[in-house]
Amino acid sequence: MENQVILNSKQFELTINRLCHQLIEAHGDFSSTILIGLQPRGIHVLKRLKARLEDILGKEITCGNLDITFYRDDFRRREKPIIPSTTNINFSIENKNIVLIDDVLFTGRTIRSGLDALLAYGRPNRVELLTMIDRRFRRHLPIQADYVGKTVDSMISERVAVEWKEIEGEDRVLLLYTLEGNG
Amino acid sequence: MDNLSVEHLIGIRDLTKADIELIFSTADNFKQVINRPIKKVPSLRDITIANLFFENSTRTKLSFELAEKRLSADVINFSASGSSVSKGETLVDTVNNILSMKVDMVVMRHPNPGAAKFLSDRIGAKVVNAGDGTHEHPTQALLDAFTIREKLGSVEGKKVVIVGDILHSRVALSNILCLQKLGAEVMVCGPTTLIPKHIDKLGVKVSHNLRHALEWCDVANMLRIQLERQDIKYFPSLREYSMLFGLNKEILDSLSKEIVVMHPGPINRGVEITSDVADSKQSVILQQVENGVAIRMAVIYLLAAKIERQ
Repeated sequence: MENQVILNSKQFELTINRLCHQLIEAHGDFSSTILIGLQPRGIHVLKRLKARLEDILGKEITCGNLDITFYRDDFRRREKPIIPSTTNINFSIENKNIVLIDDVLFTGRTIRSGLDALLAYGRPNRVELLTMIDRRFRRHLPIQADYVGKTVDSMISERVAVEWKEIEGEDRVLLLYTLEGNG
Repeated sequence: MDNLSVEHLIGIRDLTKADIELIFSTADNFKQVINRPIKKVPSLRDITIANLFFENSTRTKLSFELAEKRLSADVINFSASGSSVSKGETLVDTVNNILSMKVDMVVMRHPNPGAAKFLSDRIGAKVVNAGDGTHEHPTQALLDAFTIREKLGSVEGKKVVIVGDILHSRVALSNILCLQKLGAEVMVCGPTTLIPKHIDKLGVKVSHNLRHALEWCDVANMLRIQLERQDIKYFPSLREYSMLFGLNKEILDSLSKEIVVMHPGPINRGVEITSDVADSKQSVILQQVENGVAIRMAVIYLLAAKIERQ
């Protein structure tokens, strides 16, 4: 079967804009809110949201990157160890409102690890989840997103790829047909 | 390349440059972890590690134990003094008894060169060499090179002199191999009696003049005189040694450039290095200790990734 485009670059931009406005609706001027992107792909969503939010609000928004490698539940269940990326949280998250950001929400295991990794930095007031794509009905854990770019019903054999202008050359979301599906 | 090429860490000799770089990049991440409010990650929750120390150690033992605990492994400690070793039990028997308690990895320090290799050939667990006699001390070399990389940006092309008791030093051999694999130039410096005869075969420069060596280098690694391993007198007196090969502030300040001073510890203040040098801003001795935990976390993490699940 052919790969299917779920979001083209125009729709992609609209989605980013909508997510930003939803965030503003819930968090106002972001005075006690911090956006945290999950490594490796969530940070691209974060960068885009940050740029757009700063445009709209005219102020800097506190952001960080979080690597969850050492908190994963599949260590030693994979063929090869996963190479960690950098974590960049140079501020206190104590009593802050945190929005965790990732590109695709699938089994929920990454988010579970993300919560563990995040709590190693302190006790936030509340934690929300924003995801560009929500693959519905595929959860292994009771985890749901608060902000969703697009919900996708997909088969386990399919893979959802979020592509970025900076990396792949174009902003778009694809549904790919593969043998193994999303890791 | 995202897996170590070896099953055990016996010596730097077995590692490739890619292995060392993988350990460094992993250690970068662990260094972040140990500087956080909660300095612990859950990666090795289901792994048990035995620390077997058949020889005295403070730093290395604490550093390994801390690294293991920060990875959430279960840790058991063993020291030869006060154990059944004094009752005549062999090394393999001792270790097999410990392994039958379901231990996945063994960190061992032993006075006999080759003990780690001997053990790794005979048991099922992963072995990390924490120093085997005068042979190798791989994690020390890794943390030394890691500290140089952190301080000077890279190891490649840097000039490192190792000063002191090269003959009895496992740190020296591991350091030479590690630095060379990473593209550094290495010189050894010390009294003729403490420099092994054919060391130039390893491709290192040899000097018997501390000032010449220091003028040449970017980094000076000052080794301790290992009196406990010296069966005969290799030099007339400690006072003479420290006058000829001890690093003091006077020499350091008279050099044409600022060099980095390292020491693997324990320091004999006033012998190989004076107090004012050891405590100066050019000294990275305490950074070495901090990096030791990160490096050991990386080594244990990467080896643990190779343990098969039952």
